[in-house]
Amino acid sequence: MDLSLIIMQLFSGIALGAVLVITALGLTIVFGMLGVVNFAHGALFMIGAYAGLYLASLTGSFWWGLLLAPILVGAFGMLIELVLVRRLYGRSIDDPLLLTFGLSYILVEGVRIVFGSDGIPFPTPSQLIGVVDLGVGFFPKYRLFVIALVAVVLLVLWLMLEKTRVGLIVRAGARDPLIMRVLGVDIGKVWLAIFGLGVGLAALGGVLAGPMRSVNPEMGTLVLAEAFVVTVIGGLGSIVGAVVAGLMVGICISMVALFAPEMATIVMFALMAAVLLIRPQGLFGLKGRA
Amino acid sequence: MTVHSTGEAPPLPQAQRLFALLADHRVLVSLVALALLPWLLPSKALAVNVLIYGVVVMGYNLLFGYTGLLSFGHAAFFGTGAYLTGIAIGRWGLPWFAAVPLAIAASMALAALIGTISTRTRGIYFSMVTLALAQLVYYVALQASSFTGGENGLRGFTVDHIGLFGAQVNFLDPVNKYYVLMVLAAIAIWVQSRILNSPFGAVIEAIRENEQRARACGYDVERCKLIVFMLSGAISAVGGCMSALHLSIVPLDILHYQTSGMIVMMVLLGGARSFFGPFVGAAVFLILEDVVSLWTPHWQIVVGAIFVVFVLFLPKGIWGTFLDVLPLARQRR
Repeated sequence: MDLSLIIMQLFSGIALGAVLVITALGLTIVFGMLGVVNFAHGALFMIGAYAGLYLASLTGSFWWGLLLAPILVGAFGMLIELVLVRRLYGRSIDDPLLLTFGLSYILVEGVRIVFGSDGIPFPTPSQLIGVVDLGVGFFPKYRLFVIALVAVVLLVLWLMLEKTRVGLIVRAGARDPLIMRVLGVDIGKVWLAIFGLGVGLAALGGVLAGPMRSVNPEMGTLVLAEAFVVTVIGGLGSIVGAVVAGLMVGICISMVALFAPEMATIVMFALMAAVLLIRPQGLFGLKGRA
Repeated sequence: MTVHSTGEAPPLPQAQRLFALLADHRVLVSLVALALLPWLLPSKALAVNVLIYGVVVMGYNLLFGYTGLLSFGHAAFFGTGAYLTGIAIGRWGLPWFAAVPLAIAASMALAALIGTISTRTRGIYFSMVTLALAQLVYYVALQASSFTGGENGLRGFTVDHIGLFGAQVNFLDPVNKYYVLMVLAAIAIWVQSRILNSPFGAVIEAIRENEQRARACGYDVERCKLIVFMLSGAISAVGGCMSALHLSIVPLDILHYQTSGMIVMMVLLGGARSFFGPFVGAAVFLILEDVVSLWTPHWQIVVGAIFVVFVLFLPKGIWGTFLDVLPLARQRR
């Protein structure tokens, strides 16, 4: 097996991991701030892919789909928080999980009614078709773009959370919502925005994954399991954890696919089990949370 | 649900005594109710499904309702029970009465493995880990197609006669089938009741109510969680055995996370923390599926919406809420 093949596979693992990072990040931010695990996250990822596809065909440009789908689906996420999830704060920690699980049934079936059950191909945007020669091998342009975009989004998110006043409020709100209330911050609005952001990230993951996977109503199921594995490995609520674990899982999947393709889906679960046996709270998780 | 009129009357000592008597003999009362089921439902096939899923959900409820552990991976044990029953009969040529205990033991071993990893975590983590590990079982079954039939499911074993102690029962007759399977269900129901009535049953409820305090009382909480995980898996596997005997095939879907989700939905519709709730939940879910699929192929959207309404407004489920309405029932479940 020659070296350039391994490097190319490593690279496509990073691209796969980048999509996982974005998706798991949405899940982990919502958990970190609101204490809610959004079980409909996979379904919203799938809706993001459909929305991207639909908006791209409507406007005739992939770029409009990429820009508008996360915004619209994120707004839809805010509606979900406002109408449904909000009622469950203060109740058992299982209740939001169960609610969003029921919601995922409604969303998946709703998409089936509108778009049908069959998979739809998501065309790669014309500017990103083809490969780039980077010396060590030929890399698909689209995957390079995915990696670059995810890096930019991560940077923006990091700057927003660490360097702005809004980020300060969000971080403090995650630690102690009561004190924030006492200080006069409308924490309900912060939670609404965070939920919308999490859902928007799921949708962004869906649009980015579109040209790499076929778009169908069931695509969210596997993604939800993958996002769970990533957040559990990284540590629930940890942003750094989601980034490290997402790349780790992506690379792991594509390297194993090279040597033993039938083991590719199984390996990430094995990785999760191994991490849990050593660190039940995940690699970057806080001890009290696990 | 037909005794609802007692709820309006003031709590009479006599009625209270009657209810206490019924609650004390919950195994017998459950069995009488289940024995009447084929004659109350529109089809015998539906009754068999209610029986099977009732047992699976009952086993699940030991973990979720009584211990407070929200697992999203119970399809793994339901499915392993079914697969091992089918494989033991079809590939290894074992008689059904040997295949069933073998399948239950294997599911319990799997539950020990998954439980060891997942009970190291708590809360929401636990739900995510059980879901992920159950998906692992699903993909293993999908890949090991020479053993499990892969995507086509397990075929090639047919149970048309059940023979025991020299007697032969025609298993193709739906009424015979129901009552033969009810023997397995009866054993599972009795075992579940014994577990709940034992000191161990009290400990798991204590863990649900306050884990720290249970630990402070000197109980090994981690070990108790693992044991209850294994028992729960084994009881749910009984439903899997029943399903394999009933269908003579095992579809791969039985291991899918949607099956786990269906189990969770059933227990919430019926009412977690109540002994008979799982059977009520299984019946309501399956009847709902039957009725709604008559007028739309998208029955899942309706079921999902009803489930959301239950989480928001009726978290105790149908049976649990009914028991709450009965003023005399508060102390006994």
